[in-house]
Amino acid sequence: MKVGVVVFPGSNCDHDAYHAVKHVCGQEARFVWHKDADLSSLDAIILPGGFSYGDYLRTGAIARFSAVMGAVKAFAAQGGPVLGICNGFQILQEAGMLPGAMLRNRTVKFLSQPVHIRVERDDTIATAGVPVGTVLTMPIAHGEGNFFLPDPELDRLEANGQVVFRYVDPSGRLDDAANANGSARAIAGVCNPGRNVVGLMPHPERAAEGELGSADGRRIFEALTLSLVRA
Amino acid sequence: MARARVYVTLKKSVFDPQGKTIHDALTSLGYSGITDVRQGKFFEVALEGVSGDQARQTVEEIARKVLANPVIESYRVEVE
Repeated sequence: MKVGVVVFPGSNCDHDAYHAVKHVCGQEARFVWHKDADLSSLDAIILPGGFSYGDYLRTGAIARFSAVMGAVKAFAAQGGPVLGICNGFQILQEAGMLPGAMLRNRTVKFLSQPVHIRVERDDTIATAGVPVGTVLTMPIAHGEGNFFLPDPELDRLEANGQVVFRYVDPSGRLDDAANANGSARAIAGVCNPGRNVVGLMPHPERAAEGELGSADGRRIFEALTLSLVRA
Repeated sequence: MARARVYVTLKKSVFDPQGKTIHDALTSLGYSGITDVRQGKFFEVALEGVSGDQARQTVEEIARKVLANPVIESYRVEVE
């Protein structure tokens, strides 16, 4: 399988994601420049973290208009797996491909720290083969990760089973203190109704090898591979 | 030639962590009686070759599509 890692001006986790896919998981990978709208020959797309277009206006607000995003939308509409990490998640929200929007963290501080997230679904392209209830440890690094949707829409999201990850304590329990950015219902990651577009704020590519303090992130990239084998 | 001003603010129902922090700071500086502070964004847009209603229509569209995120923000447009 071949994974495309999109590079926007300001992406800064693109090489880490590429490394995790290619060297840690042993899959083929190539970079896709934001002006490039050709995604043929690719089996999955990753929108990496960073500060696309300087995050001017709003996080992800400008990136959603780049040429590659039209192609990513069409790719996803055909069921192609798309994984958005941090800024990639914010871009998918701005593009209307994932629900919700990110508010400034409730602390108003940029948060760079390890968090624990609980897997809520195992039927998405980012969690295939990872049992529900599994607690994964990986870092967050963002100023705007405070997931927001109005309550009625949150209810709908939960009813549709679109909450993929929640911030929890190390034992897997919900705890307000573990929800550092103040996300509604401790939501750390969501998916589209088709389960083939997933976004999460924590950085699996920064926790994909033991040397990095946690190898849990590797499971997300392995899930991406597995979901393709099943499809 | 027309000039438009666009005010983008978080919806009333949305918590504004920055506004809250500013409010707390003002209170600690001794400004009593301030009941709320909300932070937003302000844009000045200059348009050529259009005026009045047409300018308003364009800027409303820009505000809706680009300047504001309708999930969390509302906007107000003034044209002169």
